[in-house]
Amino acid sequence: MRIGLFVPCYIDAFHPEVGIATLQLLERFGLDVEYPRNQTCCGQPMTNTGCHAESAATEALFVRNFTGYDYVVAPSGSCVHHVRCDMDAVEQTDDVRQVRARTYELVEFLHDILKVDAFPWAEFPHRVSLHNNCNALRGLNHASMSELREPAFSKPADLLARVRGLEFVHIQRPDECCGFGGTFSVFEKGVSEKMGYDKVRDHSSAGAAYVVSADSSCMMHQQGCAQRLDMPLKFIHIAQILNGARA
Amino acid sequence: MSSREDILARVRAHKPALARPLPQVPYFDPPPGTDLTAVFRASFVQMGGTLPDCGAADPLDVVRGIVAAVPVSCSQVPEVRGNRALGADTLPASLADVDIGVVRASFGVAETGSVCLTEVDLLVNTLGYLPQHLIVLLDPARIVSNLHRAYQRPEWRTMHYAVLQSGPSATADIEGVLVHGAQGVRSLRLFFVPDRAG
Amino acid sequence: MSGAQGSDLNRNPPRPGRLDHAEGASVPLHSRVREAQPRGAVINGDQPINQAEAAERFMAAPEHERMHDARLWDLRQKRDRQMHGITEWEDLRRLASEIKEHALTHLDHYLEQFETNARANGIHVHWAQDADEHNAIILSLLRDHGVKRLIKSKSMLTEECGFRDFMAESGVEVVETDLGERIQQLDDEAPSHVVVPAVHKLRSDVADVFARTLGTDPNDDDVHYLTEQQREKTRPLILDAQAGLTGANFVVAETGTFVVCTNEGNADLSANTPPLQIASIGIEKVIPRLEDLPVFVRLLSRSALGSPITQYTSHFRGPRRGGELHVVLVDNGRSERLGMEQFWTSLKCIRCGACMNTCPVFRRSGGLSYGATYAGPIGLIIDPTFNRHRYSSLPFSSTLNGSCTNVCPVKINIHEQIAGWRRVLAETHELPLMKKAMMREAGHLLSHPALYRAAIATADSALKHLPRFMVYNRLNTWGHGREVPAPPRETFHQWYAANRASGQGEPS
Repeated sequence: MRIGLFVPCYIDAFHPEVGIATLQLLERFGLDVEYPRNQTCCGQPMTNTGCHAESAATEALFVRNFTGYDYVVAPSGSCVHHVRCDMDAVEQTDDVRQVRARTYELVEFLHDILKVDAFPWAEFPHRVSLHNNCNALRGLNHASMSELREPAFSKPADLLARVRGLEFVHIQRPDECCGFGGTFSVFEKGVSEKMGYDKVRDHSSAGAAYVVSADSSCMMHQQGCAQRLDMPLKFIHIAQILNGARA
Repeated sequence: MSSREDILARVRAHKPALARPLPQVPYFDPPPGTDLTAVFRASFVQMGGTLPDCGAADPLDVVRGIVAAVPVSCSQVPEVRGNRALGADTLPASLADVDIGVVRASFGVAETGSVCLTEVDLLVNTLGYLPQHLIVLLDPARIVSNLHRAYQRPEWRTMHYAVLQSGPSATADIEGVLVHGAQGVRSLRLFFVPDRAG
Repeated sequence: MSGAQGSDLNRNPPRPGRLDHAEGASVPLHSRVREAQPRGAVINGDQPINQAEAAERFMAAPEHERMHDARLWDLRQKRDRQMHGITEWEDLRRLASEIKEHALTHLDHYLEQFETNARANGIHVHWAQDADEHNAIILSLLRDHGVKRLIKSKSMLTEECGFRDFMAESGVEVVETDLGERIQQLDDEAPSHVVVPAVHKLRSDVADVFARTLGTDPNDDDVHYLTEQQREKTRPLILDAQAGLTGANFVVAETGTFVVCTNEGNADLSANTPPLQIASIGIEKVIPRLEDLPVFVRLLSRSALGSPITQYTSHFRGPRRGGELHVVLVDNGRSERLGMEQFWTSLKCIRCGACMNTCPVFRRSGGLSYGATYAGPIGLIIDPTFNRHRYSSLPFSSTLNGSCTNVCPVKINIHEQIAGWRRVLAETHELPLMKKAMMREAGHLLSHPALYRAAIATADSALKHLPRFMVYNRLNTWGHGREVPAPPRETFHQWYAANRASGQGEPS
């Protein structure tokens, strides 16, 4: 199985350890993983702002980079949601449709495609609070949504439940957006910051030592908020825990 | 009529040409054997209504006792006499000084604890709103399970006015603090009394 | 009433402690400090509303923001509890959506059916193309009947039409009878929320308004006292008003009925006390059959307030004996919206406000920050249809988190329509030029790997460039209230080149 690894731009530049953990984790399952070197971004920053025309060339580049793989995997629900659900600035050729359909977020790839039931190397003896990115939650169905009357489930929690020593804490408003929102985080920085402060206070008062998420963008925002409030809260990507990080 | 024609013409020009069939609406009946009176009681209280415990007493005697104790009462049920006469021509605003109104509901809805009051039940519609307090008599045999069943009733096709009243007038517009009697009745008391006529 | 004597049963029900049922808050809420009330968005002609600026001022009043967030979040929690009590909840949402979409795609037919049946029942039916015609029709009715005072219940449509201001200029006194709406009228402020119009105010704000306008004790901000004062001061105005106006929540074509839902009973008082009754109704309110009505009644108050039903669900099918009943069917842009392929389903909206209650931006901004009749998520997708330029910034006041779509009882894809509006606004040149230029630059850089790699070649340069084009960001904006991420030693790209070097070349 040939896997194309998509490492979103902010992970590439600010959180390379998340990309590394994703690659190593996929390699543990004997997969043939390649990182196409010409990749940049999925185009979401532009379409998020309504600028679809300005996104078309970036989307086309994405498709050129990832055509031909059995699966494209990325450690980011937000970017994968854009590729699979919203990438329509580029003309919808067969290649585009195939790449879009084969692009998976890491958690759903492990849970739904590989159906991984054990991470024997993983141990994380800490109290963690799980943050679901809104696109992963409501766009990719990572977990049941509190607004809907549906049976409870959570793919990231299912995976983390197989990590030794890990203990979940539960926050007051689990599905509440943390306020990142892509371009929103700067266009409406006041509300964005307030939402972030409320979110990290919720994690903190629940007794979390770590916040874990499948999305680095939300965590970059929340981490910035927690540091500003001088909170000792730590942040870690789910790929790192599943790959065996202990702290 | 030109605005009417213009609006309808724009609607015809703009309405999406999509197939959107009208669905069948199920009744969503509760399981057989559900005690509708018990469900109604719980819902009625949840909406802020009061179900006075009459013990061994005749509920009508209890109602008569309550009515007798207030200066101005107005009853639209034959079993209880008030001291303010009510006629079809009574001015709606003239009921403003009534302390207690007494009416009989056409039916009740278990799901929501609602009572249906029609223009016939009220005779003058403001009897349901202007008195300080309202007492409602309800025949427990006239409780339907839910709103789907409620809207199968004939009243909706014959009456010019009918209300599903669920508890007293209420507001929580200031800091979410619930207050009864914002504009309408301050309390709603219900007594189960079978309808002799029904 | 006082002086009732006798046994316990003969007394009026005792005043209970804190009431937590129906529309009341399920947890005790009480503002702790007095604080000047923040006001809404600055309106500057047709200039785009600066929602973010007004939101900052709202949050600069922390007690207002805290109470607003807590009250609306509690409504959302109560809504969830109601949802879990109804096995068929998701079926009801599906049915509500299907019925509305059917009605809207056959709107001409059902409007005519309603008109025919309402007329047969003795209702006078009028049609208004826009706000001006709506106001003129009602003024003409009021003048024909010599009306000096009109009592009304809450209606968002009349807010759309600028009805109160118009009547004030025309010499007709309008008295709002909903407590929240009355507070807003006395404070000369628009409603901030479609269901709880004064939810942005603290009890002390209300005490100030009532002291100034009704002569109440400025130092008494007890909610029972304030509510009672309003009841006592409004009642005489209701009793000798010559006309009453309501809106409508639903219109049933099959029976010629319109339905009004309130908790205070004020719509019934407005409709049943004066001799002349008028209802202002948007044309999108029509549903086909009586059997469709329970679907919506079951969803409305549960979604809005987490209450099983409004205290009063009132059905008007004809004039009362000796009275006169007029209905004004109002278009005001709705028939145009019906033709907007991406946005026509926004007409399914039943104005429950659930999207506002769940919206994390709305809860922290206050409804007046939107500077429009409709605030919150539903406002973001409706307001631009009224004035595209003035409301061009509003679709950006969202994180696109999607909670609004999930709570919507008629399944409007609100967050997708917000994103859709961003695209329409960008394509019709309604984005600020700076924003558009930055997106063009980002799109160029991100579609040229070599340029991109050069721009972020070192950690320092990545920090300078990457956040900027990633989120149209300058570090001073990001770093205003958040720490900037620490620059890593190397990018993933560099790590990969060093650790998994393969035959692949560098970016071309």
